[in-house]
Amino acid sequence: MASKMTQKEIIDRYFLEHRAKVLDVAAFLDRIDRSPEDNPDFRIEALMKCIEELQSNAEGRTQRILDLLSDQTLEPIESAGTKGASGAAPQS
Amino acid sequence: MAYIDPHIHMVSRTTDDYQRMAQAGCVAITEPAFWAGFDRSSAQGFFDYFRQLTDTEPKRAATYGINHHCWLCINPKEAEDVGFAREVISIIPEFLENENVLGIGEIGLNKNSKNELIILEEQLALAERTNQLVLVHTPHLEDKLKGTNLIMDAIDNTSLDTNRVLIDHVEEHTVRAVLDRGFWAGMTLYPDSKCTPQRAADIIEMHGTERLWINSAGDWGPSDPLAVPKCRIELASRGHTEKLINTISYDNPHSFLSQSGKFSVE
Repeated sequence: MASKMTQKEIIDRYFLEHRAKVLDVAAFLDRIDRSPEDNPDFRIEALMKCIEELQSNAEGRTQRILDLLSDQTLEPIESAGTKGASGAAPQS
Repeated sequence: MAYIDPHIHMVSRTTDDYQRMAQAGCVAITEPAFWAGFDRSSAQGFFDYFRQLTDTEPKRAATYGINHHCWLCINPKEAEDVGFAREVISIIPEFLENENVLGIGEIGLNKNSKNELIILEEQLALAERTNQLVLVHTPHLEDKLKGTNLIMDAIDNTSLDTNRVLIDHVEEHTVRAVLDRGFWAGMTLYPDSKCTPQRAADIIEMHGTERLWINSAGDWGPSDPLAVPKCRIELASRGHTEKLINTISYDNPHSFLSQSGKFSVE
C-alpha cells in the first residue's frame, strides 16, 4: 500500500519533528565529547554505523538499521546473566 | 469509535487510566501475565497474581464498561530457574477454565538462553495439551531478531496451528517473517522502544492489515495506555479509511481472540 500523503505533505508534517531528533543525536554526541573519559563503547560505534546507513538512498533504512543493531548469532546462549538489553549487539 | 487494546498490563495502571481509555472508546482489553519488575520469591506469588488477573482486574475494568480478559504463564524473565518455572507452570491449569482466560501468554524469550527455551517449549506443550491460544513475547532490542526466529522454530516443532498464535512486539525487521510463516503479528506502541504510532502506521502501509494488530502494552515502564487511539488518529490524519483503522484496532483483535470461544466485547 502506497503512502496516502504526497511527498510535500509528508515533509510539511514531519520535518520539524525529525529536525529536532537529529539535533538530539548531535547534542548527545557532543555531551559524550565533553565528558572527561574517551573510552570506546560498542553502542556508540553501532550508532555511528546507523548514521552511515541513513545516508543510503534506498528505501528500507529502518529494517537495515534494526539489523545492524541486532545480535546476528543463531544459537541460544548458555544462560541469561542479565534481564536487560543494551540496544546494540557488541559485534554490530 | 470502539477499539480493543489486546495487550496491556492494567495491574500496573491506575483507575484513571481505565477511565481515560473508556472515554477514548476502549471496549475490551486482554492482559498477558508478565514480569512485575522484580522476581517473585515463590510460586505462591504467581498464584496470587493469577487470582488478580482472573478475579480482581475484571471487576475493576467493568466499572468503566471495559471487558477484561487475560493470559496466563510464567514470563521469560523469570524462566531462567527451570525448577521454579515448572512449579509455576503446574498451577496454571486450575485457572484455565476461568471465563476470562483466553490462553497461554505472554510466553517467549528474553535473553535467548537455553533455559528460557526449555520453559517456552514446556508452555507450548501445555497450550497444545489444553488447546489454548498462544500470545508470544519477543525479546527486546538487540535480542529481538534472533529470539523471534528461535521462537518461531520452537512453535514449528509443535502441532500448534500458527493461526492460533500471535507473535507480539514485531518491528520492521521481524514483521515480514512472522506473517510469512502464518502467524498473527502484534505491533506494540512505545515511546522509546518497539514501534511509535508513526512507525506502526508505516508498517501497515508497507505490509497491509492482514493478521496484524496494534497494542499499547502499557505497564509500569515508559508506555502510554492511550497509544492505540493515538495510532488510530495517526492513520486517519494520513488519509486512511475508517474501515482500515477499524480493521487494525477492532476487527483483527476481535477475530483472533474470538478463536478462544471466550472473548467478548459485550
